[in-house]
Amino acid sequence: MGIVSPGFQGRPRTQEPALPPGQYLTEDFPVLSAGPTPRVSLDTWEFVISAENGSEHRWSWQELMALPQETPMVDIHCVTRWSKLGTNWQGVSVDTLLDGVDTGAHFALAHSYGGYTTNLPLDDLRGGQAWVVHTFDGAPLPAEHGGPARLLVPHLYFWKSAKWVRGLRLKTMDEPGFWETAGYHDYGDPWREQRYQGD
Amino acid sequence: MTEMSYLDGNMLDGPMRELLTVDLSSAVGRCENCGMTGSMASLHVYSHAPGLVGRCPSCEEVMVRLVRGPDRAWLDMRGTTFLQVPMPMEQPFPGPL
Ligand SMILES: [Zn+2]
Repeated sequence: MGIVSPGFQGRPRTQEPALPPGQYLTEDFPVLSAGPTPRVSLDTWEFVISAENGSEHRWSWQELMALPQETPMVDIHCVTRWSKLGTNWQGVSVDTLLDGVDTGAHFALAHSYGGYTTNLPLDDLRGGQAWVVHTFDGAPLPAEHGGPARLLVPHLYFWKSAKWVRGLRLKTMDEPGFWETAGYHDYGDPWREQRYQGD
Repeated sequence: MTEMSYLDGNMLDGPMRELLTVDLSSAVGRCENCGMTGSMASLHVYSHAPGLVGRCPSCEEVMVRLVRGPDRAWLDMRGTTFLQVPMPMEQPFPGPL
């Protein structure tokens, strides 16, 4: 055969997918970490939602796995400028976890094994926008990527998707978390490039 | 009784400038969490992150966070009780204050 022009043979060239401003596409999955990787045994793992009135709702690993499971396929955007498209996860919708929680709070502080925290408006954890995920690409989520379970909130920068997540504290006032107290944005919308405070 | 008067923050400029230009590796810090006091050069620094995170080598709590934006930087040292820096007197025999 002679010269093959692009588009003549095989799959047509797809449009370069739209990325949020300032982001670059990556095919691998960079590991970012602000500290040592916590090793959490599934026997003692728990997820706790504490409401602003002091009431607590707890799930063991078995209880989490017994809840309805979802398989979101989402694009993720890290504030360090990489984006990864079409990532495959399995986990429980935060809607499901909040179902029996009586709260009038508008904010949540996600907290993790190892001490990490990050703040989000509670509305951004509702409406099918957020999950507690334990499986990535069909395999148990590796510890370096936040396993046994991490938060997944793909419409915000990925530092909001707390690794090794242990629970949510529901709050009437927004309380900045680990990176938000050190200059990063309280909301972190990648499409509005809200990287730092005041952006 | 008279109230002690205070000066505005501008007066900190010189002393802070003198302090913050020291080589941090020669400084000693105290961990706010566990109280361990040691060289800042011995911190465990995590750099594959949105900022630099320096942790106490003894208890792994955060002692320093440094975030660099394109036009701003943030320093959070609430995990460090004090920083002790070598700072020799410019005059060997200072007069009384
Ligand atoms: Zn310490």
